[in-house]
Amino acid sequence: MKAAPFEYFRVADVDEACAMLAADESARVIAGGQTLVPMMVMRLARPTRLIDINRIVALSYIRADGDAISIGATTRQYLVEHDALIAAKLPLLARAIPFIGHAATRARGTIGGSLANADPAAELPLIAVILDASLSYRVGSASADIPAREFFVGPMTTALPAGACLTDVRFPVWPGKVGVGFHEVNARRSDFAFVSAAAQIELTDDGKAKRIAIGVGAATDCPIRLESAEKQLAGTELDASKVKDAVHAALADIEPLADLHATAAYRRRVAATLAARAIADARAHAQGKIHAH
Amino acid sequence: MRIKLTVNGAAHELDIEPRTTLLDALRDHLNLKGAHAGCEHGVCGACTVLVDGVAVRSCLMFAPQAEDAAITTIEGVTPGPGELSPIQDAFCETHGMQCGYCTPAMILTAHALLAANPEPTREQIVEAISGNICRCTGYAQIVEAIALAAERMRGVNRPSEEVRK
Repeated sequence: MKAAPFEYFRVADVDEACAMLAADESARVIAGGQTLVPMMVMRLARPTRLIDINRIVALSYIRADGDAISIGATTRQYLVEHDALIAAKLPLLARAIPFIGHAATRARGTIGGSLANADPAAELPLIAVILDASLSYRVGSASADIPAREFFVGPMTTALPAGACLTDVRFPVWPGKVGVGFHEVNARRSDFAFVSAAAQIELTDDGKAKRIAIGVGAATDCPIRLESAEKQLAGTELDASKVKDAVHAALADIEPLADLHATAAYRRRVAATLAARAIADARAHAQGKIHAH
Repeated sequence: MRIKLTVNGAAHELDIEPRTTLLDALRDHLNLKGAHAGCEHGVCGACTVLVDGVAVRSCLMFAPQAEDAAITTIEGVTPGPGELSPIQDAFCETHGMQCGYCTPAMILTAHALLAANPEPTREQIVEAISGNICRCTGYAQIVEAIALAAERMRGVNRPSEEVRK
């Protein structure tokens, strides 16, 4: 379990990282390394050069940015986990972060690293898709943005162009009476999810869903939104039987992953159950009946 | 490449290949065998060390990445030769180990937990060590050890009942 040889470079800024990426198509960026290093020691990844962006101070931040929160790509997951602004403004992210790996991997793992690696079982891609986050990257000297719903294209595969370096992710903040729910099934606490599901809901004063976002992760190649269920449930009081029917219908034609841990049929069934639970939690949370944590 | 590592307060210069993990640098270059190589891909937690006081997996860091950081291994937590840290002592007292393979990492994880949270609940202790696998499954006594150590460490420097009167 040793990585293949590589050259190591520690860069001071994004310009330097992009120049090095442009010069060698087999080079890879390393941030927290909590996904990349296991891939390297299993020889699933063999970069010729590792470009270490951990010390680019300008890429580590959490800040309010208009009606959104911006998080720098190398911001460590444990900083987000313990951040008051995140807890107040992005309750779904705050709710999901403790499910990522373990304290010792969140201490190194970064927000951008988890998104850029796009492990199907990862929590952050699901949250980014549900909240309609926008990801920013640099390639050469040009900057560009891409919506999270277009970013994840397959297992460990994103729409990030060759030679690009992810720099920022911007999560829109929902105003109003917002509630969140997140559920996950795995073999042991904080292990890879077999299925995860999350929901964020804004309720009107008379208890109807003004706005609703529902998603399922780990069940398929990349996280998905249950758009048909969102349409059916918007404006309703989220009655349990209607929720159940809507999520079942939305999951009817997905193509779930199957492996030795969980069959496709199991993943589909659990996805429906967890999505319904996430919606029920989000509703209760928005009504002030339960706390997010 | 040549790198500088600060381990348990001592500065070292090493000639290593960049692909050398922090774990292998500690074990093979500095002869600090207390960090254990279990799965070597970040699953088992046996290689946990403290980097700037935070518990991390040393198999998931390449040694050059650890330059300028303060690294603490199990060899660095004892107050002096032949002595034990309060957490090590509590592990002995509650018999928080069987084969001992996971123990150094469990103790370092406990150090990081108690530094950040001197009064953890049982649930918080369980959560903290959830990333450290013990295949003897002696978790009950490990949890007990950390709770005992926490209690004792909270008592340090607290005046006794006699003094307070």
